[in-house]
Amino acid sequence: MGIEQIIFIVLSAIAIAAALGVILSKNPVNSVLCMITCFVAIAGHYIMLNAQFLFVVHLIVYTGAIMVLFLFVLMMMNLNAEIEPQKRNWLKYAGAISGGALLLVLVAALREASLPAIQTSSASDIGLISNLGKTLFTSYVVPFELSSVLFLSAMVGAVVIGKK
Amino acid sequence: MQTLTNRAKQVDRRPMTFMEKLYLPAILKGMGITLSHIFKKKATVNYPEEKRPFSPVFRGLHILNRDEEGRERCTACGLCAVACPAEAITMEAAERLPGEEHLYREEKYAARYEINMLRCIFCGFCEEACPKQAIYMSETFAPANYQRKGFIYGKEDLLIPDPKHPITVKK
Amino acid sequence: MTALHIVIDWTFVIEKLLLISAVLGISLLIAMYSTWGERKVAAWIQDRRGPNRAGPMGLLQPLADGGKLFFKEEIIPATANRFLFVLGPSMAMLTACLTSAVIPWGDMLTIAGKEVSLQIADVNIGVLWIMAVVGMGVYGIMIGGWASNNKFSLMAACRGASQVISYELPMGLALIALFMISGSLSLKDIVEQQRNGVWFVLLQPIGFLIFLICAFAECNRTPFDLPEAENELNGGYHLEYSSMKLGFYLFAEYINMFISSALMSTLYFGGYSFPYMDSLGLSPNTLTILGICALFIKTFIFIFIFMWVRWTIPRFRYDQLMKLGWKVLIPLALVNMLATGAVILFRQG
Repeated sequence: MGIEQIIFIVLSAIAIAAALGVILSKNPVNSVLCMITCFVAIAGHYIMLNAQFLFVVHLIVYTGAIMVLFLFVLMMMNLNAEIEPQKRNWLKYAGAISGGALLLVLVAALREASLPAIQTSSASDIGLISNLGKTLFTSYVVPFELSSVLFLSAMVGAVVIGKK
Repeated sequence: MQTLTNRAKQVDRRPMTFMEKLYLPAILKGMGITLSHIFKKKATVNYPEEKRPFSPVFRGLHILNRDEEGRERCTACGLCAVACPAEAITMEAAERLPGEEHLYREEKYAARYEINMLRCIFCGFCEEACPKQAIYMSETFAPANYQRKGFIYGKEDLLIPDPKHPITVKK
Repeated sequence: MTALHIVIDWTFVIEKLLLISAVLGISLLIAMYSTWGERKVAAWIQDRRGPNRAGPMGLLQPLADGGKLFFKEEIIPATANRFLFVLGPSMAMLTACLTSAVIPWGDMLTIAGKEVSLQIADVNIGVLWIMAVVGMGVYGIMIGGWASNNKFSLMAACRGASQVISYELPMGLALIALFMISGSLSLKDIVEQQRNGVWFVLLQPIGFLIFLICAFAECNRTPFDLPEAENELNGGYHLEYSSMKLGFYLFAEYINMFISSALMSTLYFGGYSFPYMDSLGLSPNTLTILGICALFIKTFIFIFIFMWVRWTIPRFRYDQLMKLGWKVLIPLALVNMLATGAVILFRQG
C-alpha cells in the first residue's frame, strides 16, 4: 500500500462521510457545511490525479462561489428543524418513485460500463494547465466557446438587470 | 436670505463632471492631505513627563493661606460659602481659646472647613469674596480618587503647611 | 503484505517544514506589528503620537494586546451553535495562513552546496490557488456570523459573502489580463519575467488599479469594511466574539492584508526582483537576500497604503459598494482584458 493509496482512502472516507452528513443532517446549514467538506475532499482527489487546474477551479467555483450562495440563501431564510413544514404524503411517494427510477438508470448504465485500467496518476499530465488549455482550444474549441458565450451572456444579463 | 457672515458657501448642485465621477482625483487629494498630517507637529502632550503650562489666571485647587507669622487667616465668616454658586463650601466656626494666638490670627476661626471638589466649579468667587485673603486658588487640579468621600477636602488638605509649626497631616 | 513503499525524501520534507514555519512565523509577526503600525499611522494622520508607553515607541504594545486578549473571559452565547461558533474564527485564521504557500519570498538560496527555493510550493496554478483560498475565506465570516445567532452578525455575514463574491469577479478578470502577458500562472515565472523585463504595473496600470480595489474589498478593509461596520452593525460578524476568538478574527484580517500586499508586490511590482539587480555583479546568495529585502520593502509600502487609505476614506454605502463592483469594475476589467488581448494580437502579427 503506497502513500497515494493511503491518501486516497482517507480522502474517500471523508468524502463519503461528508456526503452522508449532507443527507442525514437535520439542520440545512450543517448539510451545506458537510457538502463543502465533501467538495474539498473531492478536490483532493483531483490533486491525486495531478489535475491541479481542475482542483483549483473546483475550489473556486464550487466551494468558493456556489456553496457560499447556498449558505447565503439558507442563512437568510434561517431554516431550522423546528419550523420545517410537514411533507405531504404524495410528495414522499413521488420522491421514492423518482429516486428509484434514477437508481434504475444508474444501475443499467453502470452494468454495461467497463472500467478502463486506471492510469497511474503521475503519467497523466492532462490536468496541468497548459495541456488542458491546448486541448480545450484545439479539440474542444466549439463547446468551449459556446459555454463561454453562455457565461458571458449571463454576466451581461446580470449587469443589465443591475442597471434597471 | 441675509447671511450672518461672509463665510457662507453656496451648495453646488450641478451634475458631476467625468473627472469628478472618477473619484480617484478626489481620493488622491484626500490622501495627500492625510499624508501631510503625518509630518505635522503632534498635538499630544506626553502628560506625566511634560505638562502643559497653566495660564497665570488658572483657577485650580483651593488653598487656605496663613499670614506672615504662620497663623491661619480664615475667620470663618462664611462669605465664601455664601458666594459659592455650587454650594461646595461648608464650615464650622469656633472661638479661639487663650494660648492659641499663635495658631489663629483672629478671635474666631474655622474648626471645620470643607470643600466638595465634585461640586466645585472652580469659578473663583470664594477667592474674590474673602475679606481676609484667606482662600486662594492654586495651579493644580484635584487628582482622581476611588471614592466620593475622597473628594471632600478638609482643612488638612487645604491649609498650606506652616513653615514654623510643621504638623504631620493624618489622612 | 509487502513492505510499505513509502519513500520520502526527508531532507526535502525538513526543508519545506522549516520554510513553512518560517513563513508562518514571519506572517504572524508582521500581522502582530501591523496592529501596532495601524495604530501609529492612524495616530500620525490624526496629529497624535499613538501607542508609546509599552516599550520604546510602544513596540511591546502588540504583546500587551495579545496578552490581554488571551486572558479575557471567553463567552459563547447560550443560543449560539457552539461548534460552528468555534469553527468560524478557526476558518478565518486557516484561510488567511494558507495563501502564503505559493508566494515566492525569494530566489534560490544556496546553502552548503544545495539549492533551496524560498517558495513553499511552486505550482503552476499559483494565482488561482490564492483566488480559491480567498473565496474560502468568506466562510470564516459567514459561519461565525451565522453561528452567533445575532441579527447584526447575520447581516454582516450576508454582506461579507456578497461583497467577497462580487469583488472576486473583477479581481479574476484583472488577473486574466495579467496572465495574457505573462503566459503563466506560476508566481515564480511571473517574477522571473519581471526580473528580465519591466514591472507589470507599467503594462497593466488599469488591471493593477482594479486588483488593488478588489484586494481592499477582499480584505474587508476600509472603504469596504461593511461586514464589520462598527457604527451600524456594532462590529458585525464578530459582535458576539470575545477573548482570543475575537483576536483570531482581527489577526486574520491583518494576515490577509500582509499576504495581499505581498501578492500585489509579486504580481505587479516585480516581487523579489529590483531594477538593475543582475548588473550589480553580486553573488547569487547576496542577490537573493537583497531580493527578499526588496520584496518586504514593497510589501510594507503596500501595508502602509492599506492603512493610509483606511484613515482617509469613509466607508461605502452598501448600494454604492455593489454599484462599484458590478457596474464599474467588471465592465472596466472586461474592457481591459479585451484591450490587452488586442494589443498582444497586434504585436504578434
